Amino acid sequence: MNFTAPAFAPAIPEMFVFGMACFILLVDVYAGERRRVVTYWLSLATLAGAAWLTASLTPTTQITFDGMFVNDKLAQALKLFTYVITAAVFLYSRDYLQQRNQFKGEFYVLGLFGMLGVMILISAHSLLTLYIGLELLSLCQYALIALDRDNGVASESAMKYFILGAVASAILLYGMSILYGITGTLDLGQLALFIAGTGFAQIGLIFAVGFVVVALAFKFGAVPFHMWLPDVYEGARTPITLYVGSIPKIAAFVMFIRLLAQGLGGLHPSWEQMLIAISVLSMAVGSVLAIAQTNMKRMLGYSTISHVGYILLGILAGTQIGYEAAMFYTITYVIMATAAFGMVILLSRRGFEGDMIADFKGLNERSPWFAAMMLCVMFGMTGAPPFLGFFAKLYVIEAVLNVGLVWLAVVAVLFAVISAFYYLRVVKFMYFDHSDDKTPLEGGWDLKWVLSGNSLAILALGIAPAPLMALCVHAFGF
Amino acid sequence: MGQFPLLSLVIWVPIAFGVLTLIAERIRGIDVRWVALVGSLVTLAISVPLYTSFDATTAAMQFVERAPWIPQFNVSYYLGVDGISMPLVLLTNFMTVLVVIAGWKVITYKRGQYMAAFLIMAGLMNGVFESLDALLFYVFWEAQLIPMFIIIGIWGGPRRIYATIKFFLYTFLGSVLMLVALIYLYLQTGSYSILAFQHTPIGMTAQILLFLAFLVAFAVKIPMWPVHTWLPDAHVEAPTGGSVILAAIMLKLGAYGLLRFSLPIAPDASHALQWLMIILSLIAIIYIGFVAIVQRDMKKLIAYSSVAHMGFVTLGMFIVFMIVENTGALAGTAMGMDGAIVQMISHGLVSGALFLCIGVLYDRMHTREIADYGGVVNSMPIFAFFFVLFGMANTGLPGTSGFVGEFMVILASFKANFWVAMVAAITLILGAAYTLGLLKQVLWGPVANDRVAALKDISPREFLVLGVLALAVLALGVYPQPLVHVMEPSVHHLVHQVMQSKL
Repeated sequence: MNFTAPAFAPAIPEMFVFGMACFILLVDVYAGERRRVVTYWLSLATLAGAAWLTASLTPTTQITFDGMFVNDKLAQALKLFTYVITAAVFLYSRDYLQQRNQFKGEFYVLGLFGMLGVMILISAHSLLTLYIGLELLSLCQYALIALDRDNGVASESAMKYFILGAVASAILLYGMSILYGITGTLDLGQLALFIAGTGFAQIGLIFAVGFVVVALAFKFGAVPFHMWLPDVYEGARTPITLYVGSIPKIAAFVMFIRLLAQGLGGLHPSWEQMLIAISVLSMAVGSVLAIAQTNMKRMLGYSTISHVGYILLGILAGTQIGYEAAMFYTITYVIMATAAFGMVILLSRRGFEGDMIADFKGLNERSPWFAAMMLCVMFGMTGAPPFLGFFAKLYVIEAVLNVGLVWLAVVAVLFAVISAFYYLRVVKFMYFDHSDDKTPLEGGWDLKWVLSGNSLAILALGIAPAPLMALCVHAFGF
Repeated sequence: MGQFPLLSLVIWVPIAFGVLTLIAERIRGIDVRWVALVGSLVTLAISVPLYTSFDATTAAMQFVERAPWIPQFNVSYYLGVDGISMPLVLLTNFMTVLVVIAGWKVITYKRGQYMAAFLIMAGLMNGVFESLDALLFYVFWEAQLIPMFIIIGIWGGPRRIYATIKFFLYTFLGSVLMLVALIYLYLQTGSYSILAFQHTPIGMTAQILLFLAFLVAFAVKIPMWPVHTWLPDAHVEAPTGGSVILAAIMLKLGAYGLLRFSLPIAPDASHALQWLMIILSLIAIIYIGFVAIVQRDMKKLIAYSSVAHMGFVTLGMFIVFMIVENTGALAGTAMGMDGAIVQMISHGLVSGALFLCIGVLYDRMHTREIADYGGVVNSMPIFAFFFVLFGMANTGLPGTSGFVGEFMVILASFKANFWVAMVAAITLILGAAYTLGLLKQVLWGPVANDRVAALKDISPREFLVLGVLALAVLALGVYPQPLVHVMEPSVHHLVHQVMQSKL
């Protein structure tokens, strides 16, 4: 019996974030109310440090901890993107939380731990690691939503999310246990080898795939497992919604890639059919139900559902281009969603949430600059060129056409037209209506500057999408 | 490369000036109107060399610029103009100057944004005409919906929101199917170059599907019957400048799309479906002509007359197949195409001018109902002169630009089929009926009420705008040769392309 120490190097960013999160927890206890800003800056510094550590890793595929953990180009790219988005979440929410006496250390610590969960998910190379990462993320999210404990709606949505999330986790575990029972391995690489070896799909494997797909669809918020999503988005405080609406999407995407594409890629014909159904349903339900919403967060919730449908289009194609397209779409969507929720935060002020669509009335008169920014976000989500959202749709539609699913491409573009309506409605409120509310927009420098940059990125990356596409191609290159 | 990037400048200078106008609006003491006027004049000035140094002996693309844009999809920033697109670029920039001047006094709410929207839109429309890369084309094509959406929505009439959302969704629905068609063609040819699309052989079924996908996009834009219903709403609710650009340029985008995509990429499908196109064109000409007669709203009347006139454009394009079938020769085919393009330019000038005339009246009376007017000639004689002139051009009176295009198309139709020509020629009567009816009720007769009696004649600014347009309409009507001359090689090339089977 000899013990060799595993290679720790690929996991250094995770260890750093873990250490820093614990450290911030301690510092926060001793810093007290008045020096809470220390926590804020330390959290941002953690993200910067993690980014530096991740960027300096060697960009080759390294598997360590007995095949549990992998670092590859995909992991590196997605982790760097996760840091940027987490930083944006922290920057957007400082002012909001301070005004509502919610400026607590727990927000940052839980946020960092949740992000650690995402990082572990991104680097998962075994069913077990994947599950651990997922649970770490999910538990942090439940706690974050419930953080505002005197708020009845928030507690309700936390409870709802927790119960439904636990069921989904159980289903995922069940699927994983079937997989383990049949193949005798938890390692995703060996799983893929086993499936390639059997040549054809066993009925048990298909069962397992069914369970796995259901659980993943739940985490993504795809129809028919979407019930929790609008309620949670609406019930949680806006910064929490911002967190829940952005970072876990990266996690959900990466779960699809690691589990379905890399682990169960050999069973593509069987999960392709399920994903087609889920994808079309998501696009349909998301596009149609969003029309009826009056609450901005809820509308964005339904819009998320329809965007998830498009991301799934890329994944279900099951080709290299398809995965690249799905990654591009995920990144695009997360950038746009971050900006959209940031805009809701900007509209809010003490005693006023600003989360109704009608609150956007007359924004062009109150602040032409931010009205123009929101215009970029909304047309980006519509998928109108020259904004980034257009190229995301283009990419997935091309992936779908590439595998010969012409009808699916036509369905996808038709739902894009339907969903255009409710984004246009926001533009209508901002530009065509007048408001009695002439108060200038409040909001800290961090929110205003970063939000402007975030929205302009939707335009700038739309005019020059090549670098981002190159990144996605690079991430899936070997 | 290596030459002066004239085409890029024509796209980006107005957009840059548009952004500048938005910034200038925030600075006190700057009159944004001058910034916008300078921007539009500079754009017009830099597009003039496109005509003066244009080589009218070749059908090849000129002033070509090409640079990689999205290498992953083999998309390039690929610009160039031929004899078909170059006049349309000039028309766009010319009309933009007029629109800026026309909005000088009228627009008071968010003036900078208004001017900026038109400048940005001018750049984007130039981009549509100049793109030789299909994806670039699509980006410009869709992007120009956004400023138009805002223009109608902010500065429009009472039902502006309904009209503008209808406008956006209608055109968006049309274009997304074109996007699927473009991606399909990309997967076939491996690039987004329009010229590559034109040369690749495609099977009949695929051609028909492609043709239909393109048709949905372009038919909505032109607009052809029965997908024209967004146009009257959009026109009625849009501010004067918006109506002018909509009628003068945006409708031409659809017709241009037919020339650049449908005909050369799917010639066999165009041949097979020529009956559909001809029938739709004739319905537009006759039925919409009758609809125009009963309108009580001036803008609606001109909007419907636009649909009828665009019917001539599509008729001229698709009659070529019938000519070849009947006469067995290519002789005369180019005339239909030539007529269609001359009609596009002429309609751009005439309909733009008519909307400006209605704008002049609306600014004074704040009503577009024909019944509210009568005897305007008594108080506004100079205005009445212009209104009658443009009205006559609209009916196709010889000596005006309207005559040239219609005459060529009807003449070409006679070579193809007597009955088609016969039906198309009815438009001359219908056009006269609704236009003269409009003129009679608005201008002549007894003075309708005190407000009409108190009307002031047009100001020097309005005189300038209408006068320039009147000169253009007359010049093109008397001597269309400069226009026909530059487009001749390109049209011949197109006719040859269309006649060659790609199966």
